[in-house]
Amino acid sequence: MFQMKRRDFLKVGAAAGAMASMYGCAVGNKAGGHVVVVGGGFGGATVAKYLRMWSEGAVQVTLIERNPTFISCPISNLVIGGVKDMADITISYENLKNHWGVRVIQDEVTGLDAVKHTIKLAKGGDMSYDRLVLSPGVDFMFDQVPGLNNADAQSKVLHAWKAGPQTVALRQQLEAMKDGGVYAISIPKAPYRCPPGPYERACLVANYLKKHKPKSKVVILDANEDVQSKKPLFTKAWNDLYKGLIEYRNNSEVKDVEVASNTAILEFDKFKADVLNVIPPHQAGSIAAKSGLKLVNNRWVDINWQSMESTNTPGIHVLGDAVFPAPTMPKSGHMANQHGKLAAAAILNLLAGQEINPTPVVMNTCYSFVDEKNVIHVASVHQYDEKTKLVQPVKGAGGVSVARNELEGKVAMAWAKNIWADMLA
Amino acid sequence: MKVFTSTFVAALLLAAGTAHAADPNLGRNLAATCANCHGTNGKAVKGSGIDSLAGESKEKLLQKLADFRSGDKPASIMHQIAKGYTNEQLGLIAEYFAAQK
Ligand code: HEC
Repeated sequence: MFQMKRRDFLKVGAAAGAMASMYGCAVGNKAGGHVVVVGGGFGGATVAKYLRMWSEGAVQVTLIERNPTFISCPISNLVIGGVKDMADITISYENLKNHWGVRVIQDEVTGLDAVKHTIKLAKGGDMSYDRLVLSPGVDFMFDQVPGLNNADAQSKVLHAWKAGPQTVALRQQLEAMKDGGVYAISIPKAPYRCPPGPYERACLVANYLKKHKPKSKVVILDANEDVQSKKPLFTKAWNDLYKGLIEYRNNSEVKDVEVASNTAILEFDKFKADVLNVIPPHQAGSIAAKSGLKLVNNRWVDINWQSMESTNTPGIHVLGDAVFPAPTMPKSGHMANQHGKLAAAAILNLLAGQEINPTPVVMNTCYSFVDEKNVIHVASVHQYDEKTKLVQPVKGAGGVSVARNELEGKVAMAWAKNIWADMLA
Repeated sequence: MKVFTSTFVAALLLAAGTAHAADPNLGRNLAATCANCHGTNGKAVKGSGIDSLAGESKEKLLQKLADFRSGDKPASIMHQIAKGYTNEQLGLIAEYFAAQK
């Protein structure tokens, strides 16, 4: 089905490799160069480490990240559910700096010049690059939920869809909620970050309420027609573990929010909750969405799947949730990590004036907790297809767990430890 | 089942033996797709609960992958992952991990 023959190589110029970087020369026969990475999440941290590791230090890497530490979205639902705490999902960038020699700068990128090969930093002025990697994650489209389009509203009706202060704040809202209260979570239309994540969160909140506030309720307001991931396994968990506690409503898009009364406005209906958790629709992070890179649906960056390079802006690679996904590809941390490695390999080839790998492979796994011990997974493998020029899911490979099980509860934590180490240790 | 499995391993080994990829980094790139769970270069976080693959012999790795594919080796997820790669690719991956110290 899949050919290993190398034909129709992309011919790539050696110009980038020959460019003098701000760090100076190449080492030995390895091409040097300076790569700037914007965003230190699953995609950005991975590409930074792998560029340093695979070039054996020959390529200089600067990572710009606005937060002082990495906080993981995967596993953060366990913090919201009261099973783990923030320390369990917080990791420092020290190893990237000290062990791998990545220059990590805490700052914000406010603009870029794709012709001059420079970026603009909020605090640090201009910086030049030979190749630029944007791994900015997503920005929320608060204009789609007008009542949420101001800072005060956003501090009350939370998304907690980026792990950090909102994770803690949502946990506090749940702790403060009375027994008999209603927690409602709204899911935007696909594609959104982490397809199984909202259903996992509903389970873990229900798991907490069942033990501590058993008269309470969880309501899922899903803008989509149906459960977006692992449907049979999630619905079975809702029936077996949380009967009468979790209620699922499809085609229930939240169009607006009345913050003062904690009310979600649906098309024909209103829904008042004690804790209202609205995940607004999102798009590629603004540095990727507003720099002239070609977008799909005006929201996601169009990229070349052999290199993760923008299809209209040479020299700029985009990773993770910000890209327009290939068929059946989820926006996940695992996938962003794989994007990072695909891009690292291609960038090193490009800097050295070599042909890039014409047949890349990426794979995904998402583990979801349905209570503090039991987990379900979904997995897929995606191979580059010359006809469609996309990475396509391999038929007959991948799949989901047979049933929720405790063994995979252990594997899921092992996955977290290993992927965190793969990007940051 | 056993016969199928051993022919299958033979095919895997044969494919691996002849797969001298024009791109010297192909094995490295493919093996990196396993690192999310098995650790960078196949060195898993100690005590994490997932096995390291670094330094395992190529034959052993290919035998295990063949057994995952056939169902002879029970698995929570590896049967689904192993089926996503060609024989040549698994050969290159096993070669890469076997060479890691
Ligand atoms: C999502 C996590 C994950 C990924 C990605 C993954 N593995 Fe595994 N691997 C496991 C788990 C879990 C086991 C234990 C068997 C099981 O439950 O499936 C395992 C077991 C194995 C074993 C057997 C180890 C032993 O000593 O018995 C081999 C060999 C292996 N994997 C190879 C690979 C290769 C090669 C890749 C990449 C193509 C890969 N794995 C990718 C999770 C993963």
